[in-house]
Amino acid sequence: MAGLELLSDQGYRVDGRRAGELRKIQARMGVFAQADGSAYIEQGNTKALAVVYGPHEIRGSRARALPDRALVNCQYSSATFSTGERKRRPHGDRKSCEMGLQLRQTFEAAILTQLHPRSQIDIYVQVLQADGGTYAACVNAATLAVLDAGIPMRDFVCACSAGFVDNTALADLSHVEEAAGGPQLALALLPASGQIALLEMDARLHEDHLEQVLEAAARAARDVHTLLDRVVRQHVREASILLGD
Amino acid sequence: MKETPLSNCERRFLLRAIEEKKRLDGRQTYDYRNIKISFGTDYGCCVVELGKTRVLGQVSCELVSPKLNRATEGILFFNLELSQMAAPAFEPGRQSDLLVKLNRLLERCLRNSKCIDTESLCVVAGEKVWQIRVDLHLLNHDGNIIDAASIAAIVALCHFRRPDVSVQGDEVTLYTPEERDPVPLSIHHLPICVSFAFFQQGTYLLVDPNEREERVMDGLLVIAMNKHREICTIQSSGGIMLLKDQVLRCSKIAGVKVLEITELIQKALENDQKVRKEGGKFGFAESIASQRITAFKMEKAPIDTSDVEEKAEEIIAEAEPPSEVVSNPVLWTPGTAQIGEGLENSWGDLEDSAKEEEDADGTDGAVILGSTKMDTGVEVSNIGSQDAPIVLSDSEEEEMIILEPDKNPKKIRTQTISAKQEKAPSKKPVKKRKKKRAAN
Repeated sequence: MAGLELLSDQGYRVDGRRAGELRKIQARMGVFAQADGSAYIEQGNTKALAVVYGPHEIRGSRARALPDRALVNCQYSSATFSTGERKRRPHGDRKSCEMGLQLRQTFEAAILTQLHPRSQIDIYVQVLQADGGTYAACVNAATLAVLDAGIPMRDFVCACSAGFVDNTALADLSHVEEAAGGPQLALALLPASGQIALLEMDARLHEDHLEQVLEAAARAARDVHTLLDRVVRQHVREASILLGD
Repeated sequence: MKETPLSNCERRFLLRAIEEKKRLDGRQTYDYRNIKISFGTDYGCCVVELGKTRVLGQVSCELVSPKLNRATEGILFFNLELSQMAAPAFEPGRQSDLLVKLNRLLERCLRNSKCIDTESLCVVAGEKVWQIRVDLHLLNHDGNIIDAASIAAIVALCHFRRPDVSVQGDEVTLYTPEERDPVPLSIHHLPICVSFAFFQQGTYLLVDPNEREERVMDGLLVIAMNKHREICTIQSSGGIMLLKDQVLRCSKIAGVKVLEITELIQKALENDQKVRKEGGKFGFAESIASQRITAFKMEKAPIDTSDVEEKAEEIIAEAEPPSEVVSNPVLWTPGTAQIGEGLENSWGDLEDSAKEEEDADGTDGAVILGSTKMDTGVEVSNIGSQDAPIVLSDSEEEEMIILEPDKNPKKIRTQTISAKQEKAPSKKPVKKRKKKRAAN
């Protein structure tokens, strides 16, 4: 992997994309009949599934109920076959817990929890194939699932990852680019207001380049928003055709 | 036990203070608390105090076989524990969310930023590598655990010395510290976390929140940087919504803070190195000072007293002169004396007979004097020997008969009345209350 050129002289990346280009996104809502809301998203080779149950009564201890808001409970699980080497623990390890916490933080900010006091909203995300940008795919899938469940949100939550190679910011990193060890940024954005719901960055990046990378990630997240918006409208159109409207 | 909830008054008070750019301990918005670093007798052991937050860090090493997919790299393992002594809310089962968050943040900050050269930890490729283990224990929780923990971790790693190893062909010789001096780890850079707390939906921001401020904050942004201004980790947590320029501004502030802290760390390491070389006393027993006055050695408090005199003079000049209350002792009988007037009679306070404002201050003073005099049991015994008619009544009329047992008390009465008259105008808010009681 040492000699792998992440950005060629002509400006092409390993998979032939340009620096600011996203991978192909295909998404579908309403995948499961049992759940209140569900969605499936494919970002390049990264495949994620999200399922939403709620708002329903608090399970477990009643003491956890919040008197003025709904409780958002997120669980992240990545299948043992999702990565190159078989993973031993699909969930319960620290990384999955952290992802769950981050998803919860993201969606607590976006969902209008004041409308459902003393109830609970469950979001379960499963990664079927991890090829880079897993957090972003999870957030996008969860957004679609929450919309499918009809839970009111402030805005779409769109996420994308970004990196920095050779003085250029790359958008939507694949696994090869992530494993190369350069800086990676994951950003979850509410596109209308430009507010950042979650910002996470790893590995060394000089402060002067931060703005460039943030800008690239924000632009990519807005592109994701356009695509997700199209998916939602398509789904609503199909659903209303079936209803005979 | 469950954490005591923060009362609404305190929450409002803290938020109002923050809106006025005031912090409870007198810091400015971008100020850090005092950082104190002390080392133990062994290499790799240190205690970092950030204000009152205290974290103990210990590094240890072991020869193990490497991971299968990284045969030539050593293994770094970080573990932060929230000890139960740190806060009453920390119990073995309850801490999971916070623990996961802190541990992951530390791992990402220190491992993914490649501050330690893991290739140098390899002894025999594919067979034996060093496993470096950093254990951090939180000893006292007064806010901002992550900063203190990251400083403790990096200082402990810088301080640590691993045993020397030599490889000759197939033979691996591990030297004990007596045979060969232990070798420091090769550290590329020192990543330090800086925490920013956001309040009121991101309008106000504070650096290094203490425990109270953490309870009322909306969210936290942690930026880990090194002194070369390279960002190692950014993590936003809590439900805050950030804007891009807020993040950029925070990164600039973090750069400045990290430089200061790195200098402090270098100095502390150098000092410790010097003390060890000169054969002086080192270790926790020397560096942890007692806070009690009766202790043999006490730390100097960092108070700036250079312009105390000027400030004191200013304050004295602006303040009102103290009211003059002259009380001479009065001897009632042998063995019983009175100085001053004692507390006012608060009997009948509950009965809220609302009387209007009175005009005459003189009567007010006189009447009050009468009621206090009623308290002292001494006069009652003197009554019998007096000439003037005395009427003792429990009526709630305004008119009261003043007891005049002796000449001396008369004098005092006039004195104190005048004193009261002086006092009354300056104590406007109390006046009304006195009048109510005077009605009884």
